Amino acid sequence: MAAQEQGFQVIVIGGGPGGYVAAIRAAQLGLKVAVVERDRLGGVCLNWGCIPTKALLRNAEVLSLAQRGEEFGLQIQGLTADYRKAQLRSRQVADRLTRGIAYLMRKNHITVVSGVARLRTTTQVEVEPSDGGAGQVLEAEHIILATGSRERLLPGVTVDGRRVWTSYEALQVEVAPESLIIIGAGAVGVEFASVFAAYGTRVTLIEMLPTLVPLEDPEIAEVLEQSFRKRGMQIMTGTKVEKVEASDAEVRVVVASPQGVQELSAAALLLAVGRAPNTEALGLEAVGVAVERGFVQVKSSQQTSIPNLYAIGDVAGPPLLAHKAMAEGVIAVEHLAGQTPKPLERTNIANCTYCSPQVASIGLTESRAREAGHDVKIGKFPFRASGRAMAMAETEGLVKFVADAQFGEILGVHIVGPEATEMIAEVAALKTLEATLDELILTVHAHPTLAEALLEAALAADGRAVHL
Amino acid sequence: MASQIVMPKMSDTMEEGVVVKWLKREGDRVASGDALAEIETDKAVLELEATTAGVLRKILAQEDSKVPVGQLLAVIGAEDEDVSPLFGRSTSPSPQLPPVTGAASMSSAAPASTTASGSGAPARLEPVTRERIDASPLARRMAEEARIDIAQVPGTGPGGRVVKRDIEAFLAQLRSQPSRPPAAPVSAPAGAVEGGAQAPAQLAPVGVAGVDHTERDLSMMRKTIARRMALSKTTAPHFYMTTEIAMERAIAMRQSLNELAADAAKISFNDMILKAVANALRQFPRMNVSYADEKIRLHQRVHVSMAVALDDGLITPVIRDCDRKSLGEISREAKELTELARARRLKPEDYIGGTFSVSNLGMFEVEEFAAIINPPEAAILAVGTIRQQPVVVDGQLGVGHRMKVTLSGDHRAVDGATGAQFLQIVKRLLEQPLTLML
Repeated sequence: MAAQEQGFQVIVIGGGPGGYVAAIRAAQLGLKVAVVERDRLGGVCLNWGCIPTKALLRNAEVLSLAQRGEEFGLQIQGLTADYRKAQLRSRQVADRLTRGIAYLMRKNHITVVSGVARLRTTTQVEVEPSDGGAGQVLEAEHIILATGSRERLLPGVTVDGRRVWTSYEALQVEVAPESLIIIGAGAVGVEFASVFAAYGTRVTLIEMLPTLVPLEDPEIAEVLEQSFRKRGMQIMTGTKVEKVEASDAEVRVVVASPQGVQELSAAALLLAVGRAPNTEALGLEAVGVAVERGFVQVKSSQQTSIPNLYAIGDVAGPPLLAHKAMAEGVIAVEHLAGQTPKPLERTNIANCTYCSPQVASIGLTESRAREAGHDVKIGKFPFRASGRAMAMAETEGLVKFVADAQFGEILGVHIVGPEATEMIAEVAALKTLEATLDELILTVHAHPTLAEALLEAALAADGRAVHL
Repeated sequence: MASQIVMPKMSDTMEEGVVVKWLKREGDRVASGDALAEIETDKAVLELEATTAGVLRKILAQEDSKVPVGQLLAVIGAEDEDVSPLFGRSTSPSPQLPPVTGAASMSSAAPASTTASGSGAPARLEPVTRERIDASPLARRMAEEARIDIAQVPGTGPGGRVVKRDIEAFLAQLRSQPSRPPAAPVSAPAGAVEGGAQAPAQLAPVGVAGVDHTERDLSMMRKTIARRMALSKTTAPHFYMTTEIAMERAIAMRQSLNELAADAAKISFNDMILKAVANALRQFPRMNVSYADEKIRLHQRVHVSMAVALDDGLITPVIRDCDRKSLGEISREAKELTELARARRLKPEDYIGGTFSVSNLGMFEVEEFAAIINPPEAAILAVGTIRQQPVVVDGQLGVGHRMKVTLSGDHRAVDGATGAQFLQIVKRLLEQPLTLML
């Protein structure tokens, strides 16, 4: 089928969230598009990242609620939790979404080519089919690199899928381990910590930097750490991994913490030390695409050093977020179609971590804002003062507002607590509109809602919180 | 690809402009940045610049004609291109015009970076006209703070929205401009003044027997004055107070300063009054305020507006940070601004953003008068002539030099006692004028 088709105007390499959105946008603009995907449509996000982990976290949340049943007057006798079912459900959700993407490709008349792509020239892509059949060469005026990223590994640590995992293996585990050491307390680390801790796993989180979720405001990280400790997790921040040894029976990890060198052991080990861009074997050097520290260099139009070659998403550099990839996909396509899309405003991209309690943020942390020379106003509001949070019995956490004192510009908002990841959307809209504290304060927030905490934090920044 | 050139909106108050003079003719080749025409707005005569290159194919607005903002003025296109579809509906009023390319900009307002849009695909370009100024709340606040008219700032956000970076770029541009061009070119535009002032003034006897008056159209500036003064008198409750200032020492000091100075650098009484007012505002910031949106705005900086009479009206250019400038600097700047104002070459940033006005009719031998406040400022000082008169000093009758000044205050923002204290400071400074040199 695809082998005979030609005459494409755009080839997208990679069918993840950046790639498929770019393909759909190109089709909407009347361009003839091919997407080359080596594995499954939807990429890591749908299959091995964002989506299945959210399914697992939902199971963990329901389980936690059931365990807290007595608080709500529920007597649940013989409560058991089957992790296998949770894992199965996560796969079903991923499968359903992947089929949804395939449907969207058909609906938009996008040709999906299955195989591994490699640039042959700046307009030609060689595809080696995943099933080992005959290769083919596709040609198009424009090529979009959307090859994404993969789990970063630690030197000297072999991922065996049995005791030593990355997130990819962790998503396929059918039994929650009795104990788990997680190296890295970024989004992946703390999300899996939340999942497995709910299922009774003794979790040890090791982070080299001084706080959990190190990119977040330290005050937010502190709340998360306390919450994790309360649930019995062992937290080791400022701790470096010296050695990892896996045997049939267990994994041993030697760490250098501020307390000294220790040896830890657990049934399993999860490596969550970040992600590396997929730039190798793409033929980038051969056609002369500029790459720096593994990431393809792009302009604000998403063009690489070769004007008809674009790069979007993880491969084009941090932040490594699906929504950033999608936005870049739209920009790349509109640009190659001759439009003048607005470049992405990076400080308006929200960061969401679905651990329990959730963490969400946008813009500058307090210290970054000060470093940038802003005279800042800070406003905080704890969820324990929110009526809605009390009614939900989810009072952990707070909203922290960072605003510029001169103009009330919203510099950053940092949330840890219930539904933080949904609440941040309001701030993203406000920031995109360049609203100031005043407009947020003028916005009547429905009562009772968690979003009122945002309003109160803004009021607090203005020195006039009502419910505190 | 042809571009339409429309009457741009140069200030938030501008609704129409007069084409004073076309500087290019149909068939002339124009480059981006070339001045196409002189346009009289309600505040000044400005040059309309091309932001796209090509041939001026069609002129649709005659000289001296009044054209609403947004209406088509001319078409620039390639030499052999059929441009007639672009002006087929040239008489339609602005709201019905299709979105138009930004093919021209006023020379004094638009930074070059934003005018590049002229060469893009026509369907995607933003309309030049913006009845409602689309700006982000943050941009509005920054513009307010910086005392700039947001209508002057070209927007680069979605749909031409003025956003933070546009204000920053605009301010950077203002800062990087040399304070003012040297005095040399000022003598040249005398012709333009005449054209500018007289263009809209069509004298026409009314054709009914027995009626012995004529009527003429309002100039742009007249309309603005009419609207703003009516607004001031109907919304700002004015109070007035007059004080008399002994000017002997000021006269003596001016004389000794001017004996040393070249003609061009001579100090006027008005310069000394501007300086005294600025210093008084700095010492007494409660007077450096304005009433806006049910709030009192306390200005951090002292920008003194000075009324300059023109043939057909007046304008108030602003001496910025007047309190931080020396008497000599104020004098130089006041001269330059006056000349620019008379040549009608002031740029919007020259006359926007004052915090207090001084109006001086002393040269007309007016003893005293009360001025109308120049909104949104909260007060204006009306200065009369210096008269010789009998005075009693220490019980002795003698001859003194006295000047009367009258303060008009907006009672929403300041009270009588505030005004009185302020006047006292002005009086003290002018009676002890050496303090102005500190």
